[in-house]
Amino acid sequence: MSELLLDAQNLVKRYGSVEALRGASFQARAGEVTALIGDNGAGKSTLVKCLSGAEQPTSGSILLDSSAVVLDSPTTARRMGIETVYQDLAVAPELDPAANLFLGREIHRKGILGKLGMLDKKEMKRQAVEEFQRLGVTLQSTDVPIGSLSGGQRQSVAVARSVVWASKVVFMDEPTAALGVVQRERVLDVIKKVRDKGIAVVLISHNMPEVLSVADRIEVLRLGKRVARFTGADTKLEDLVAAMTGALVQEEAA
Amino acid sequence: MTVSTPTKNGSEIQTTVDGGFGKRSIGQRMIGANTFWIALVLLALIIVFTAIAPAEFATLFTFQTLLIETSVLLVLSVGMTFVIITSGIDLSVGSVLIFAGMVAGKTMEALSPDGDATKAGWGVITAGLVAAVVAGTIWGLINGFLIAVANIPPLIVTLGTMGAALGAAYLLNNGSDVRSVPTELNKTLGYGTSFGGVPNLVLVAVVITLIGAWLLHTTKFGRYTYAVGSNAEGARRAGIGVTAHLLKVYTLTGFLAGVAGFLSLAYYASTTISAHTTDNLNAIAATVMGGTSLFGGVGSVLGTVIGVFIPAVLKKGFNITQVQDFWQMIAVGAVLIAAVWFDQRRRRRRNSR
Repeated sequence: MSELLLDAQNLVKRYGSVEALRGASFQARAGEVTALIGDNGAGKSTLVKCLSGAEQPTSGSILLDSSAVVLDSPTTARRMGIETVYQDLAVAPELDPAANLFLGREIHRKGILGKLGMLDKKEMKRQAVEEFQRLGVTLQSTDVPIGSLSGGQRQSVAVARSVVWASKVVFMDEPTAALGVVQRERVLDVIKKVRDKGIAVVLISHNMPEVLSVADRIEVLRLGKRVARFTGADTKLEDLVAAMTGALVQEEAA
Repeated sequence: MTVSTPTKNGSEIQTTVDGGFGKRSIGQRMIGANTFWIALVLLALIIVFTAIAPAEFATLFTFQTLLIETSVLLVLSVGMTFVIITSGIDLSVGSVLIFAGMVAGKTMEALSPDGDATKAGWGVITAGLVAAVVAGTIWGLINGFLIAVANIPPLIVTLGTMGAALGAAYLLNNGSDVRSVPTELNKTLGYGTSFGGVPNLVLVAVVITLIGAWLLHTTKFGRYTYAVGSNAEGARRAGIGVTAHLLKVYTLTGFLAGVAGFLSLAYYASTTISAHTTDNLNAIAATVMGGTSLFGGVGSVLGTVIGVFIPAVLKKGFNITQVQDFWQMIAVGAVLIAAVWFDQRRRRRRNSR
């Protein structure tokens, strides 16, 4: 069993009188794909928001590398090596892939020109090409606006952007939802490559066959609580569905 | 190895043979850009007018006056380029120009004996410049604050400040122009030349344009300008301070409108309120004709320069060939609409992928 990287314990999140999370726990391990599944309204999105810094839990604790952390903003989370790939592509369609990869983290030139804000485009492009090749993202060209690429390539760049900067955990919220079959395979390949880098990948998906095909571990959320955990290899589709609908409950959260 | 198949109107779809990272040749990139086509239009206009009236059109004097007459608009349009790339708009630049000129004029008058600034020296002129720039920057800040912080649509905010700045300019001098402008200023910045015939006004505009191009195309500030216009939410998620950036962009545009107001004052030796009321639309038209997209994320300073010259060359050409220059307005309107149409087709084609 690999190292426990992210450990969320008994998270509670209230929006006014609505309890989106009622003591949810979640664990992700280095070098594994952990799928987070659940029916609509189970609290998946809220949990991911809490773990990526977009929202703060009302109570509960988050341990990263076994030390307690407070993720008060996405920037804080990013600084700790936690990245998120959003469902709606968060790329700038008019910028080229390299510019998107380095968006918000631009490399400046050396010396006085860099101090004045001048960018080292060549270096960024070089590193971008390197990263894309390493992750197996094939692009027709690195100097076209990303908007002229296909949906799968765009999503691959979005995924690449997160994983290049993530040192610990990557959350992917329905990364393949808008894609066709071939494009989906491509993104899943990238996800596997990321996992092999030793990063904890958290995949949120509604697509059960997809979950079963890539996930090493599956955690099921229902009504704001984790109700079941499976390991990918010996899981049947029926078990997942049973857990999501409440027919099967493995654990009672405190 | 990259094989490209040009589609109907120039931009290309590429298929990669070896899965590598192809770089498009300069030729391919140029054909894909709106700027390239609009540059051809400008070139064609120059060739046509030169052919019709070689003796009058292709003269140093014609080009000098052409450059001088476009200088003020060019400075406004450089600022407008930044704003439109963020997918915003600034209707107030013309009024801010007038206001800044008025503030500069009144300041210089106030600092001169008997309120007559005609004989004022460089100390007073510098005070006037500072006043103009500060006045423009303040309007830019107001625009930026209302748009970026208060989240009011740019069209409405700048429509409001367009009226407000013009009204304020009228109030400053009871609705009439300031006409006592330092002769020294008019003589040097307004009509003076350097380097054997290059008008000083043009030099200033060129320097500002080059700085603008540098800022937009090579710096982080420029990169963020494109990012904010391309996908503001995505930029925010990437950790870019979108609000602060928009505030800076509108402030920059106000600052440039202030500079333009001072340049105009130097050239006309008067605040010429009535000559600038359509400057905002001219600047927008020039920027958009130059390939900057009203939807944001796309544009270049070079394109804007070309866009500024098309109406100017048309006007000059029609004057010389004795065509009524009202035709210029019609021609510019047609080119403008065509440019936006092309831009939209490009977008639609892309989004359908």
